[in-house]
Amino acid sequence: MASDLTRLTAAQTATAVASGEASAVEVARAHLDRIAAVDERVHAFLHVDTKGALAAAAAVDARRSAGEPLAPLAGVPLAVKDVMTQKGIPTTCGSRILEGWRPPYDATVTARLKVAGVVILGKTNMDEFAMGSSTEHSAYGPTHNPWNLDRIPGGSGGGSAAAVAAFEAPLAIGTDTGGSIRQPAAVTGTVGVKPTYGAVSRYGLVALASSLDQAGPCARTVLDTALLHATIAGHDPLDSTSVPAPVPDVVGAARRADIRGMRIGVVTELGGEGYQAGVRQRFDESVALLTELGAEVVEVSCPHFPYALAAYYLILPSECSSNLAKFDGMRFGLRVGEDDGSPSVEQVMGRTRAAGFGDETIRRIMLGTYALSAGYYDAYYGSAQKVRTLITRDFAAAFEQVDVLVSPTTPTTAFKLGEKLDDPLAMYLNDIATIPANLAGTPGMSLPVGLAPEDGLPVGLQIMAPAMADDRLYNVGAALEAALLDRWGRPILEEAPSL
Amino acid sequence: MSETPSITRDDVAHLARLARIDVPPEQLDHYAEQLQVILGAVAQVSEVAGDDVPPTSHPLPLINVFREDVVRPSLSNAEALSGAPSVESERFRVPRILDEE
Repeated sequence: MASDLTRLTAAQTATAVASGEASAVEVARAHLDRIAAVDERVHAFLHVDTKGALAAAAAVDARRSAGEPLAPLAGVPLAVKDVMTQKGIPTTCGSRILEGWRPPYDATVTARLKVAGVVILGKTNMDEFAMGSSTEHSAYGPTHNPWNLDRIPGGSGGGSAAAVAAFEAPLAIGTDTGGSIRQPAAVTGTVGVKPTYGAVSRYGLVALASSLDQAGPCARTVLDTALLHATIAGHDPLDSTSVPAPVPDVVGAARRADIRGMRIGVVTELGGEGYQAGVRQRFDESVALLTELGAEVVEVSCPHFPYALAAYYLILPSECSSNLAKFDGMRFGLRVGEDDGSPSVEQVMGRTRAAGFGDETIRRIMLGTYALSAGYYDAYYGSAQKVRTLITRDFAAAFEQVDVLVSPTTPTTAFKLGEKLDDPLAMYLNDIATIPANLAGTPGMSLPVGLAPEDGLPVGLQIMAPAMADDRLYNVGAALEAALLDRWGRPILEEAPSL
Repeated sequence: MSETPSITRDDVAHLARLARIDVPPEQLDHYAEQLQVILGAVAQVSEVAGDDVPPTSHPLPLINVFREDVVRPSLSNAEALSGAPSVESERFRVPRILDEE
């Protein structure tokens, strides 16, 4: 057995637990110790459920002792982004307005993890209600990138990605509305997948933009990501937008890792100007590697992608302003300003929301309120919905020519904490390559493809596939991952400074 | 539209009221400036698509989903009220909803 249980992959851990080589309790303790040792500096977690994790691990060990069958990830520790409900466990969404709230029910994702014997360690930090690219919009302070503690870990799911990169958990749950799984994966040297819209239930996922939100897996290897994907995906009657179709064989695809004869398209509009030199270099090298592995690589134009960001920043705020109306201090969460005479319900709502929401959340609610207001609806929200159609058509046309599309995941490597905090538009540009897939509802993966020579920080490559062809992401990702590992000699996270 | 309408502090105050957020007066100019910049950057959407392009509101062609109308287990009264800021007689207690006489 490896001396450090936190260094194992999820697949290795599951095998060790199933064979009795390590107990699930030992594995959980090793990760809880790691969290205790490093999380003061990383701040990936908002809540660590020591008691619950050890109890879940002990239950897995008991089942094994009794000779009962174990699910593929039984006994593997995992961190959950704090936007997903877990019964009785604080769920804040990174916001003061939900501080202290303990949901009375499990999200479907959380429930499936529990049934599978996955050991939930705790809840991870995020930008408030998943709006941001740096976790700096968390009301509880930012998460730090394990590669360089002065850098952002990406966002909004920076806590989940940092927990995985810092070996605090081999697996994490993220959610991706405009890139919040893929962008943090890219800047932390980890793997993240946004599944097809509707592939993973949104029941119990606190909604930001209901037509864009999608939960998905974060891990250190493509196979681990696939194992988690298979555990959480699948039709759920509790989510009316859940796809009633079988989950593609993502685990089989990750094990196949054979791209001979596949057609791969490099998106003309995602790359070039505005992308950091080291990001472009690692991306170009990876594309060459895909050719060496037997794929046919061509350039494909998606002419409306340059308008995706603009459409997204009208659609998202519009849906957000509607979804976040429920946080009004009446049924759950914070309520302030009631003790001043006999205030009206509207006054209490206004005071509660001003006290409970942070700057970025207020900005986006007001932007959405504006875009949906009389006189502007057609020009803003209506036009953005038409652009969404054009982007979906771009994808459809591209996937007639190729099996998957690739691009850099992000324009740059991790930037410095504080660098873009006062410039919302600069912050929004981080999502320029990830947003099209959210608008079209198609799946995307980010995987690490090296370090940028100029700053030594991880670079991510994005793979995009047609809706419900998530397995293609895993096939291509695993093939590229294996070829890169062969070249490097050891996993990329071994290059990260020790914490 | 060819030009972005300018956003004034009065506009922000109006939006804040619609959104039920008591934005302090000293922050109105700050938000006005930022919303103006963001709207200036996103206004280009109106120049892209012609009248012949249908809008997409949702990525899936799902219309509606029904289930059998049968009683299923659900949250108890106490569970549903467990996160409420104020409770009275097994109900959510809220501030007054009507104007005072």
